[in-house]
Amino acid sequence: MNTGLKKNSANLLPSLAALILAGIVSSIVILILGESPIYIARVMLSGSAGSLSSIANTLEEATPLIFTGLCVAIAMRCGLFNIGGEGQLVIGAFVAAWVGYRVGGLPPVVHITLCIALAGLAGALWALIPGLLKARFGAHEVINTIMLNYVAFIFANYLVGLPYFKKPGQIPQTEDVLQSALLPRMTFLYEYTRLNLGFVLAIAAVLLIYILLEKTELGFEIRSVGHNPLASRASGISVARNMLLAMAISGFLAGMAGSERVLGVHRHFISPFPFGYGFAGIAVALLGRNRPLGVLVSAIFFGALASGGAQVDIETNVPRELVTVIQAIVVLFVACEYPIRKFVFIRRRTAL
Amino acid sequence: MNEPVTVFALALLAATIRKSVPLIFASTGGFFSERSGVVNIGLEGMMLFGAFSGALVAVLSHNPWLGLLGAAIVGALIACVHALATITFRANQIISGVAINLLAVGGTVFLTQVFMGGERSFSLGPSDRLPMWGPFLPIAYLSFICVAGACVFAYYTVPGLRLRAVGEHPRAADTQGINVAKVRFLAVIMSGVLAGLGGAYLPYFSGSFAKNMTSGLGFIALAALIFGKWNPAGAMAASLLFGFADALQETLQGRGGLPPQIFQAIPYVLTVVALAGVIGRSRPPAALGRHYEREASG
Amino acid sequence: MEFILEIQGITKAFPRTVASDDVSVRVRKGEIHALVGENGAGKTTLMNILYGLIRPDSGRILLRGVDLPLADGFLGTDYGIGMIHQHFMLIREFTVLENIILGAEPKKGFVLDRAGARRRVEAIIERYGIEADLDRKVRELSVGEEQRVEILKVLYRNAELIIMDEPTGVLTPQETSGLFETMKGLVADGRTLIFITHKLEEVVEVTDSVTVMRRGRVVGSVPTAETDAAQLAEMMVGKQLDALPRRASASIGEPVLEVRGLSLEARAGIKPLRDVSFEVRKGEVLGLCGVEGNGQLELFEILIGLRQPGKGSILIGGADVTRLSTLSRREAGLADIPPDRTTMGIITEFNLRENLLLGRQRESRFSRCGFLNAEAIEAETTRLIDQFGIRPPEPDAMGFSFSGGNQQKIVVARELARDPDILVACQPTRGVDVGATRLIHTWILRQADAGKAVFLVSADLAEVLSLSDRIGVMYRGEIVGMLDRSDANEEVLGLMMAGVVN
Repeated sequence: MNTGLKKNSANLLPSLAALILAGIVSSIVILILGESPIYIARVMLSGSAGSLSSIANTLEEATPLIFTGLCVAIAMRCGLFNIGGEGQLVIGAFVAAWVGYRVGGLPPVVHITLCIALAGLAGALWALIPGLLKARFGAHEVINTIMLNYVAFIFANYLVGLPYFKKPGQIPQTEDVLQSALLPRMTFLYEYTRLNLGFVLAIAAVLLIYILLEKTELGFEIRSVGHNPLASRASGISVARNMLLAMAISGFLAGMAGSERVLGVHRHFISPFPFGYGFAGIAVALLGRNRPLGVLVSAIFFGALASGGAQVDIETNVPRELVTVIQAIVVLFVACEYPIRKFVFIRRRTAL
Repeated sequence: MNEPVTVFALALLAATIRKSVPLIFASTGGFFSERSGVVNIGLEGMMLFGAFSGALVAVLSHNPWLGLLGAAIVGALIACVHALATITFRANQIISGVAINLLAVGGTVFLTQVFMGGERSFSLGPSDRLPMWGPFLPIAYLSFICVAGACVFAYYTVPGLRLRAVGEHPRAADTQGINVAKVRFLAVIMSGVLAGLGGAYLPYFSGSFAKNMTSGLGFIALAALIFGKWNPAGAMAASLLFGFADALQETLQGRGGLPPQIFQAIPYVLTVVALAGVIGRSRPPAALGRHYEREASG
Repeated sequence: MEFILEIQGITKAFPRTVASDDVSVRVRKGEIHALVGENGAGKTTLMNILYGLIRPDSGRILLRGVDLPLADGFLGTDYGIGMIHQHFMLIREFTVLENIILGAEPKKGFVLDRAGARRRVEAIIERYGIEADLDRKVRELSVGEEQRVEILKVLYRNAELIIMDEPTGVLTPQETSGLFETMKGLVADGRTLIFITHKLEEVVEVTDSVTVMRRGRVVGSVPTAETDAAQLAEMMVGKQLDALPRRASASIGEPVLEVRGLSLEARAGIKPLRDVSFEVRKGEVLGLCGVEGNGQLELFEILIGLRQPGKGSILIGGADVTRLSTLSRREAGLADIPPDRTTMGIITEFNLRENLLLGRQRESRFSRCGFLNAEAIEAETTRLIDQFGIRPPEPDAMGFSFSGGNQQKIVVARELARDPDILVACQPTRGVDVGATRLIHTWILRQADAGKAVFLVSADLAEVLSLSDRIGVMYRGEIVGMLDRSDANEEVLGLMMAGVVN
């Protein structure tokens, strides 16, 4: 147990250091703007956790990030960069809106499950495209996933324009989904909140991914391939198969994120669909060290930032985009972890 | 009799070039960086910063030429961040690029609010804009000059030879006395300068700066580079092709039977296809994406 | 002056090995000086220090009587030292001309003076008769042609002292003769050559003096005329005290592993493997010795399924597995100890338990319906730790922090725990301490005693001699000899390993 802590602290150190550094940089920026960092921090705190409504807001912002963070994280554990979360989310969202509207006469539990499952499946298939291209042609998944993001937006944009999907009117959107497909909102916390059952599903996803990675044969093989494809091959593990499965699961999670947004928050699909969760998922996964629990904590942190940032935007001169800037700085600092790791490594080495 | 057709064709050509200019700049910039072995996913962010700073400086100084300079300088500075992170601190090149893009989206709006008093976008006044030289803005011509310059640089000069060497086989270059880190650093900075200029074109043409106005052009530029087989002339041709598709889609406005989305999707689909090696092998520089360290351990 | 180069007391230690241990060598001007030794003897490290790529811990090097600035880091080419690396430093997409001039390009301002460069290089080609087509891209060249480019690179920079690291490793006999002609020409011109090799017949043929290294130390330095291949082989390999367990006589059964006509062609006529055939029987240890780089790695990769052969077939237990996956071969009874444990054997970021599970995670004992059975895995881990004496530096330690010996024990434990019919062990005790080496040898013998087959590939002669029933020698991709243990000794094997065949 003692050494478990030691190993984890080596892992946590870069993230903590990044947060501290990002905090320092943002404080400097805030000072330049003529505001007090302490004051801003207090407003952030109240906007993210100061009341039931702000807590609800935080968790609602965090929900899609949990999914997209897991999406990026599981691909990373297999050594893959899935930057396509945006596109996979959009495809999933569209499918959820479609199935949510067109398939009637089902009890809510069944209907919701069906929508989410198909949305996830759609996301998984969309992620398999770059996955197959990599497995078969060795084409690097980074560019491919980014390209497919745009193809997804354009494709969804096209579909929404079709009479079968389009809600009559000027705006390119679909009809609202049926009552039976709606994810119930947690209005017991706060009357006007958009926080919905999707949050619980996200927590469930965290648990499932944790169990998958740590307790199953597939998870073992995925992690093995992620660390060392050559040694994995030498011990009989199929690199291609595991990469494909990891991409599929990754896409599935992004698709789920899309379904939560549609079934729980927006209630229909609109083009352009709200944007940015996929990229934010990269920040979430990175800060959370690609571990499911870390992703959960990290997503809630970023959700709090977003919620608090909105409050700051209302009450002060500091624009809400500060949050995105902080996100980016955190990612940069975490990515530059090499000097920290080297420092820790050397200290451990000399102890041997 | 053929008047309307010629007029149409000329208009299409002009529109193509206008659409292509930012791509040409950015893909040429990408050429420098990637040829030295550093992946630059952050081109999009550098372009956005260039768009913002070009427009801002033009508005504040009422001098569009100064704005261009500003765009180039800011592009270089952002590129410095990428270079520092990836070369000095060994950060993963892709993650660093993604961070820069995130920084750009939020940062430009943030700074807009700061400088423009709470607004999220701003316009350029008439004195802030560049005069038209014929059918195009001056920087449009500059973009083609840059391509020519890049070709000459890469294939006819000594620093160009070394640039390409570093991206193919950094160890070989190192053993022949070339400072790999320095070459890469300068290459990345160059890519920032060009991306910044490419980004500046957008507000100069449209007359205003808006949130996330590059909307993926940086990625398309990267796609053009890949599709153009990692050389400036090829990237320029690909940029023109993509620009043409975009111009065509706009001009047709949904007439001609095909949904506009098909044209919009062309650049992305073509890149995926190119990467899969279906249209001949598009081979990246051999050391692309890999950090180099002189760790000669016996 | 008599000695153009004097290496004095150079020492360089890496975290787990001492690569150079108080090394001193003297090279006369105008001679071809051979530097001989097995892999890991320290030759390449020493040359890298000389060329300025590595900083030594202590010692001096005098070039033309003047100290080289070893502590500051320098570039050999600035001092007239040229190096032709074992693995060529050529840019495949560039032309020959571009590769030669890179780093010392003739120019007018910034513009590359291609015409001027061409003239200079053509003059060198004229002078030394080294043929090269300046406009072809390197990736189109044969290996012999590539090497000529490397030589031209070095001449272009006017290197007075030229180091050649295993230059004939990839050459055909004709190309080798051509190389020797060139070398003699260079020396006639006043240059000095250091020629690193493990091929003793070449040393005898073309060099003036020889320095032999073993395990980071200089064993001896003699004029070539005063020695012969046999003596050199002995110096290179050394007389080992036979303190290792001797193989008891065995009862041998039918073949378990049969290899027939394995060939591999890399490119342009280079064959890392030529028509390799052998079989390993039940209860037998077949040892294959040879200096690394003669095809052993390729053979290993083909056997376990990481690579496909050009020709030939592999049978395990009579069934043809040539086209089958690694997994299928392992299920057919194959287990392997890879030559490089940190890249192929263990996963450095996995802990002990996970490393012991690697490759076994699908066994029904450990996995039910896709879920890992933590208890069974834990029990097995404890059993293997006890049985094989694996010592983690701390509980729950990750792979990279284990000592080399313990890392190797993990690999061996894991593979033997599967009770394989055929164990392929490639360099199983390289970089492993004496205690762990003993243990690994004991376990290998136990396998054979239990009626299983073992295929041992090793550059360590003593190891092969003490464990094997039959011994084969690999040289240049071929098996140049197959002897019974009783007919083999260090001398005979050493000569065959160095390419001297009677």
